[in-house]
Amino acid sequence: MVPLSYYLILSALLFSIGTVGVLVRRNPLQMFMSIELMWNAVNLSFITFARQYTNMAGHVFVFLVITVAAAEVAIGLAIIVVVFRTREHADVDELNAMKG
Amino acid sequence: MQDAIGILLLPALGSLIAAVFGRALGRKATSYITVGAMAAAFLWTVSVVWRLLALPPAQRSFDPVYWQWIHAGALQVHFGLLIDPLSATFLLIVTGIGFLIHLYSIGYMEGDPNFQRFFSYLNLFALAMLLLVTADNFLFLLVGWGGVGVASYLLIGFWHTRPSAVTAARKALVLNVAGDVGIMLALFILVMTLGRVSYAGVFSHVSSLTSLQVELVAFLLYLGAAAKSAQFPLHVWLPDAMEGPTPVSALIHAATMVTAGVYLVARAYPIFHAAPVAAEWVAGIGAFTALFAATIAIVQNDIKRVIAYSTVSQLGYMFLAVGISAYAAGIFHLTMHAFFKALLFLGAGSVIHALSNEQDMRKMGGLKKYMPITYWTFLIGAAANAGVPLFSGFFSKDAILGQALASGHFWLWLVGVVAAFFSALYIFRLFFLVFHGKYRGDAHPHESPPVMTVPLVVLSIGALLGGYVAVPGAWNLFDQWLQPVFSRYPGGILPAAAAAPNWGAIALTSVIVLAAVYVAWRYFAGDVVREELPAALRPIHKVLYNKYYIDELGHAVFVWTVDRLAILADLFDRVVVDGIGMGMARLVWGWGEALSPYESGYIRRYGLAVLIGGVCVVAFLTLVQ
Repeated sequence: MVPLSYYLILSALLFSIGTVGVLVRRNPLQMFMSIELMWNAVNLSFITFARQYTNMAGHVFVFLVITVAAAEVAIGLAIIVVVFRTREHADVDELNAMKG
Repeated sequence: MQDAIGILLLPALGSLIAAVFGRALGRKATSYITVGAMAAAFLWTVSVVWRLLALPPAQRSFDPVYWQWIHAGALQVHFGLLIDPLSATFLLIVTGIGFLIHLYSIGYMEGDPNFQRFFSYLNLFALAMLLLVTADNFLFLLVGWGGVGVASYLLIGFWHTRPSAVTAARKALVLNVAGDVGIMLALFILVMTLGRVSYAGVFSHVSSLTSLQVELVAFLLYLGAAAKSAQFPLHVWLPDAMEGPTPVSALIHAATMVTAGVYLVARAYPIFHAAPVAAEWVAGIGAFTALFAATIAIVQNDIKRVIAYSTVSQLGYMFLAVGISAYAAGIFHLTMHAFFKALLFLGAGSVIHALSNEQDMRKMGGLKKYMPITYWTFLIGAAANAGVPLFSGFFSKDAILGQALASGHFWLWLVGVVAAFFSALYIFRLFFLVFHGKYRGDAHPHESPPVMTVPLVVLSIGALLGGYVAVPGAWNLFDQWLQPVFSRYPGGILPAAAAAPNWGAIALTSVIVLAAVYVAWRYFAGDVVREELPAALRPIHKVLYNKYYIDELGHAVFVWTVDRLAILADLFDRVVVDGIGMGMARLVWGWGEALSPYESGYIRRYGLAVLIGGVCVVAFLTLVQ
């Protein structure tokens, strides 16, 4: 059986890749994919611990996260479409109207 | 007597209807409602007086209580009305003369664009005045007291497009409120020391106060009374108040409101009895005011101003009376004065109305043949005011002077007698200048409509015959009527010896008054107004004409002080108040400036910040465990 630490290291790697993706990419679609990667890294660690401790609460959390992620993507994509229609681009660095 | 509150509710309702629905109802309906309210209130008062008269004198006092108003600890205040001969006398004056003046106003205010507003104010005034005289405790007295002040303010400034009217209204309000503060302070002392404010409660416990406390309460009450009743040196607002419409001058500034001070002193006589210093002061200032104002009235040229100073002077007589404990005589003079002074004002109003708002007597003259009704009624009013024998003012003024002499106040009596000479002089100077000689103006005088002359005739009957309720040496129905009020507590009635007529003194004043009338006739009844004065009299004339420079003095003292205070207050406002306010604003501004760069608008920076924050939290949790 694969030791617990392998799953967790994989989860941490995926999470870090996602984080770096969010921070360095300027295309919102790519940022979304990175966020998706972070969600799933978290899901992986949930499943890992659920299995380790034979506790079904982890599975329940994963389903919850998948649902919320789906909703978030739907809203996020809608926002991107609207931004693209008005600005004719979707570069997040240009979207700084909230600058203080 | 539970129903007596209806007398107050009628004008309250009238005022409300005129104020809210006046425009919709139109002039005619509004005047019917408001004048009708006064008429009904008068009839109601008559029924109350009738029921009082049916009872034996000792039982003529009712105190119906309607609500508990305040219940705070030991202090209890009820809303109740005190119906006794004293308040009933005032009810009769306020509703009776008030009704006549309301009626007269229909004619006088005809054509005024704010007709309905005027009648709403008049009824409001009647409500406040009725509350003032019927309240059974000092608190509601103060409510009515403030109410008449407000109504007076509104009515003096009724023609609010005239700057002089607005200034006069403000002056009246400021001086009256200064007096209100006096009454309020007196009330505080009573609550602190006795814990009660009802008349019955206070008057039966006056003896438990120290003499200093009583004197203080009496002086503070007198401060309020002097401000309301225009006693020297707080009289300055009353002549200016003549800026209001003439019916207002008649109702508020002659017959009713200005006598509230006399009412207060008479009502609070157990307090003034226990405070001899304050009482002497009341009498002394009263006598002085009587003389002082009478001398000013001699040289004024504005017809209403002369009558206004005459009012101040007559109020001085009333205070002289109540100050020497001759309460019944004071109230008697007050009642007679209400008749003849309302008559004089309404007569003056009739003249002013006929001459297209001319008020300068130098442009009048010879009106006798144009306005016969006004002429004869005015003659009766003038004779009553002067105290010509057998007119009402003669009986009431001599009652006061006689009691002053009999109670040992020789100097007050002497001042009163001299003032009587001037009273006769100024009022007959006015009379001859206006009605005799040749007409000197350029308007087209005409007699006023019946709605104005009928009140004149009714009032002149009162001024002619009213005095016969108290004929010296024969009977004194007025004293008998008030006797239960003033015998309830000690000090309300002078010893019997003082009431006996002093025929020598009466003869002396009569001769003096007739002499003054002769002098007035000799100098002012001619065809031309004498402008030239003997050189010796000119400086005196100048001082009198400028009203002893009291206004200028008050202006110099108070305005200078207030200006200096204003500079200080301005400095405080800029440095301290603004300092705090602006300091707070600067603080917030600074923080905002310092923090705003972090709000860059770049999503990736926010992401980084979240990441760093998350790492910090995790690191912290790890380290703590």
